[in-house]
Amino acid sequence: MLKLAKSDHITRRYFVVNGFDGALTMLGLIMGFVFSRPADLDIVINVCLAAAIALGMSGLSSAYASESAERQRALKKLEDAMVCDLSQSAHGKAAKRAPILVSIVNGSAPLLICFFIMIPLWLADADIWQPIEPLYSAILIALLLVFLLGVFLGGISGKWWLRSGIETLVLAVITAILIYALTGW
Amino acid sequence: MILDVLKPHEPGILKVSSDIAALGENYCVHVTVIELDERTETLKIEVTGDSLDFDLITSVLTEMGASLHSIDEVVAINEKGND
Repeated sequence: MLKLAKSDHITRRYFVVNGFDGALTMLGLIMGFVFSRPADLDIVINVCLAAAIALGMSGLSSAYASESAERQRALKKLEDAMVCDLSQSAHGKAAKRAPILVSIVNGSAPLLICFFIMIPLWLADADIWQPIEPLYSAILIALLLVFLLGVFLGGISGKWWLRSGIETLVLAVITAILIYALTGW
Repeated sequence: MILDVLKPHEPGILKVSSDIAALGENYCVHVTVIELDERTETLKIEVTGDSLDFDLITSVLTEMGASLHSIDEVVAINEKGND
């Protein structure tokens, strides 16, 4: 269905783009808390969760609206070329269903990545001992996830996975340096 | 029977021929692309076999977004008359 709607590559792209959004947003939030006065863990968790949900909803709604519009436009052009109604055909069904699938990927990518990054915070909230401070663990997880997104991109483009992963990791490190430079002094 | 069909590029003619052939045990499907433009292609679909189900064949084509322009050729055999 995604192939019929020509949305398979778009779905992959949205997963990576919004995955980055989620990871770097969380990285920024967590680093902000690291460089600020100590805050209650409750506040940290609530702020991060609120941002994760907002990112997820933003991804879901924006992708659905834009994909739906694009698919309907493409279907209309095809109907004009075919001089017939295609609403009951596989193309018509794909035009309705593909935006739903694309928007689910677009919304869930940042949400899931944010949830992974928040795991140390939840473990700390449940009084489960961790070898590293939860905020620093969360930062490490964010950097790891950015690296893994890069590896995924490498798999798509045929580039060496390690190089691709390191390239995206460098971007995340530059982000962290910028945040430190502007907030950590 | 030979059908003149207009369809979008997707699904391709491999799927068209295999889906029609799957409708009956002895169906043989021969698809030729007659014309191609930016969004559509015109096909000549030749289906041979015993007791071809025309309604089923056209419903498969409709599901794929294809449009039947005309039935160009039909061969009908009355087997009882051969006794």
